[in-house]
Amino acid sequence: MATSQTENTAPATPGANTVNTVKTHPTASGGTVASTVPVGAVYAEGSALDWGASLVEGAVVLDEQVSPNAPWSAVVAEGHVLTIVDVGGNQSADCVLYNADDPEERYSVPDTLAWQGNAYVRTGTVLRSNEGRPLMTVVANEIDRQDTIGGACGKESNTLRYGHHVMFHHGCRENFLAEASRRGLGVRDLVSNLNWFMNVPVEADGALGIVDGMSAPGRRVAVRAETDVLVLVSNCPQMNNPCNDFNPTPLRMIVVDPPSPPSPASPASPASPDGASRRPARGPGTPEGAA
Amino acid sequence: MMTTTEGPTADTPHGGQHTGCSGEQQPAESPFQQQTPAKVRDLHLTDSVHSARDDARAQGGQAGEWMPYLPASAGPHCPPGVDRAALVWAETVAPGGYTHKVVARGSRLRFDDPTGDACAHLLLFNALEPVERLNVADTQKIPWQAYLGVNHPLLSGDGRIMAVVSGDSSGRHDAFCGTTTDAWNARKYGDARPEGPSPSGRGLFVKAAAKHGLNRRDLPPSVSFFQGVRVQADGALTWQGSAGPGAHVELVAEMPLLVLVANVAHPLDPRPGYVVGPLRVHAWRGAATGPDEERFTATPELHRAYLNTVDYCEARGL
Repeated sequence: MATSQTENTAPATPGANTVNTVKTHPTASGGTVASTVPVGAVYAEGSALDWGASLVEGAVVLDEQVSPNAPWSAVVAEGHVLTIVDVGGNQSADCVLYNADDPEERYSVPDTLAWQGNAYVRTGTVLRSNEGRPLMTVVANEIDRQDTIGGACGKESNTLRYGHHVMFHHGCRENFLAEASRRGLGVRDLVSNLNWFMNVPVEADGALGIVDGMSAPGRRVAVRAETDVLVLVSNCPQMNNPCNDFNPTPLRMIVVDPPSPPSPASPASPASPDGASRRPARGPGTPEGAA
Repeated sequence: MMTTTEGPTADTPHGGQHTGCSGEQQPAESPFQQQTPAKVRDLHLTDSVHSARDDARAQGGQAGEWMPYLPASAGPHCPPGVDRAALVWAETVAPGGYTHKVVARGSRLRFDDPTGDACAHLLLFNALEPVERLNVADTQKIPWQAYLGVNHPLLSGDGRIMAVVSGDSSGRHDAFCGTTTDAWNARKYGDARPEGPSPSGRGLFVKAAAKHGLNRRDLPPSVSFFQGVRVQADGALTWQGSAGPGAHVELVAEMPLLVLVANVAHPLDPRPGYVVGPLRVHAWRGAATGPDEERFTATPELHRAYLNTVDYCEARGL
């Protein structure tokens, strides 16, 4: 295939990926760049963006934007609440959590699912560690359900789904490795993850897959740290499935320090969205937070 | 603490309870039979080095309900149709026990659930490069199928098949719930200690991994065989239990594997007692899945995963 070919990229569609071509890409700042790097779908000009705001009141301690395709991490202190804004809609925020003081304790999909007796993440879901302990709790959620089954895309696993021609497409595993290395973590520390704003239904016969999203520009999820938590995020570059509507868009990450509860010694008000997790967790086998 | 072990398998106490110890497994004709209750102390003359040595040596050669069989070809439960001489692993894992083995590429592994109460929690690592390990998310996502069954690949995060399910008479398995943690078992059974009556799967995995230089950092989510879980339309996870006594699962190792197995009660098992039965494990020499086999090209995803795996193994000289 000619390498001198220049294409203006429309919003990418499945099967529209070509290899070894020079493409001009619109940038978030409104310019264009010509590149041979196989980024596939790109941030489409004119995308509807809603930068939103924190879902929970409180003093803002962090407010950052994550570029399309890029990684991000931060330590969220115990009691602080992280709001993730799906700025462009259907942008999968792949996410792994670590106990900031002991990163060998990290997010566990099976523990999270088994403790709540449900395969999906919704308001009230306690995000548990490989030791079964709470790392974070979903305190507010603006889509029907969040995914934690589908895992992360990777250069290697993408070849199984789409063919070997996608080997050099960027992937979340690359983002995780790059960002983890800045925190002294590595490939041994990568485990199955959360996918905020991604839709992975499981059919009655066990068929499952990533399908068209249920999010929209400005939709948010808010999670409260139950201990000091290192949050690792890959703003998914995936351009071969509908996880980001074939249009990677930015994320906004806002951390707030909510006002102290009136009486820390007493259970939180049931009216509070975060009331459930402040009470003792129910026993194993009893669904929790499976609203 | 021991009172938390109860239920249908109360007559088959959980593993590690002095299995094979002559003090608790005297022959029926023991001269000590009339002394009730017989104390272990009374059964052993160990008042000198020589008598201690004789006492210890006299215990050799006994058989327990659960133990490794060495050599494997001498095991009492050789799977039907398998050349006994080709066996490289024959073991009955105690309820609440764990085992681990490195097996060659092409090895065939078989798990048997003789009582219907086994639950084989499984972790796989590339034996040569253990940073390559089972990735449950890819194992469910890539084949577009959450439930494990025949021809289901157990994938690593590196786009390769570690093992494939080549036989399954159970159909009740789980890749959602992983295994139990200490926090889970302590809450549910009142005890999670690995040396206690209701050990957690993770506690056992930690020990199995440690024996290969790995630690808890290296333990990703696991899969389990013989106790099924299904997902309802609203996402609710329901426990199916087992298919009954006598089910088996077979795997083909598509690369050299470090296999960790914990035989513990499934997290969602609703029974109040810590119910788990013995698990039989066998492995024998065989060939990895080849291009001429139907499975190799059964789906586009399987085909490319096999191409990746063969590519790796060829370059590695395997």
